[in-house]
Amino acid sequence: MSTVSTARTIVRMPATAKRGEVIEIRTLVGHVMETGFRRAAAGGLVPRDIVRNFVCSYNGAEVFRAELHPAIAANPLVSFTVVAAESGSLEFRWSGDNGFAASASASLVVT
Amino acid sequence: MKRLLAVLLVLIAPVQADDRRSGYSFMTPETRAMQDDDSSNPASLWVLDGEALWKSEGCASCHKGMAGVAARYPQVDAKQGLVNLEQRINTCRVEKQKAAPFAYESRELLALTAFIGRQSRGQPIDIKADAKTKPFLEAGRAAFFRRQGQLNLACTQCHDQQWGKSLVGNPIPQAHPTGYPIYRLEWQGMGSLQRRLRNCYVGVRAEPHAYGAKEYVELELYLMWRANGMKLEAPAVRP
Repeated sequence: MSTVSTARTIVRMPATAKRGEVIEIRTLVGHVMETGFRRAAAGGLVPRDIVRNFVCSYNGAEVFRAELHPAIAANPLVSFTVVAAESGSLEFRWSGDNGFAASASASLVVT
Repeated sequence: MKRLLAVLLVLIAPVQADDRRSGYSFMTPETRAMQDDDSSNPASLWVLDGEALWKSEGCASCHKGMAGVAARYPQVDAKQGLVNLEQRINTCRVEKQKAAPFAYESRELLALTAFIGRQSRGQPIDIKADAKTKPFLEAGRAAFFRRQGQLNLACTQCHDQQWGKSLVGNPIPQAHPTGYPIYRLEWQGMGSLQRRLRNCYVGVRAEPHAYGAKEYVELELYLMWRANGMKLEAPAVRP
């Protein structure tokens, strides 16, 4: 039986920008964000399973980092802005509990 | 002259007293914005999963596209009687693909229904009321008007008579299933119309039926027929 195991990511940002322009990047990652505070039917705690870190690097240099916590909703959306300095690629990395790792990349043409 | 005639015709034509409203119109602007933009609608993650399954499971070798399909379910099948979209997918899996059916509310089934539903977004719901569907429609309608549960409430009492008012701080919608499967913020995940129906059953303290029960499918059919002509928003976001 087939199963879905890969974490889905969605990144929305402009494909082109003018030099010096501030662009908005919006990212979405599929994750349950189990808080670790909830109890299962039998009474035991459901172990915590969350995304801990999100990093965006722009041509290899880190430009944005976020630390995520248990009160954040499932499938967290992170939106931030970056100054379009030069053409190149942006890498997005999520990491978390139980070895969770997801990544995405996008390219930006600066004119 | 032609224009005048057109205006006159519009004036003479019976007024379409359609005050039906999708659950969307009861939501806050923030939740609406979340649904409107595919990059912020978390259901898009399930649509992507569904697209991947569509390819990996070989659905594309028979089906070209699924535009408009979700707007026409539940349908009467010659062999099985009334089936909803989830059951139709599983019939395809068992009979055509010789594979195990997906469990109700499994990530796979929700992903496929979201992927198929997405292709009908913007299309009007189109349920035929004919000799084939009549007995099921009547059964669904009877369920909608039947008082049940310890609170002794019928669907109609909230969704026809009290819509727009508040129930524990939330607006009561008109119960038009325009966006299923939905990403419900309360669930922090996706769910089918039957999951939502079970919520209402539990809410009036009635015994919920098992997933896939014919009582639910009949109610689904009646609700979809009641929403005939309204545009599909699948996969929608609901609070």
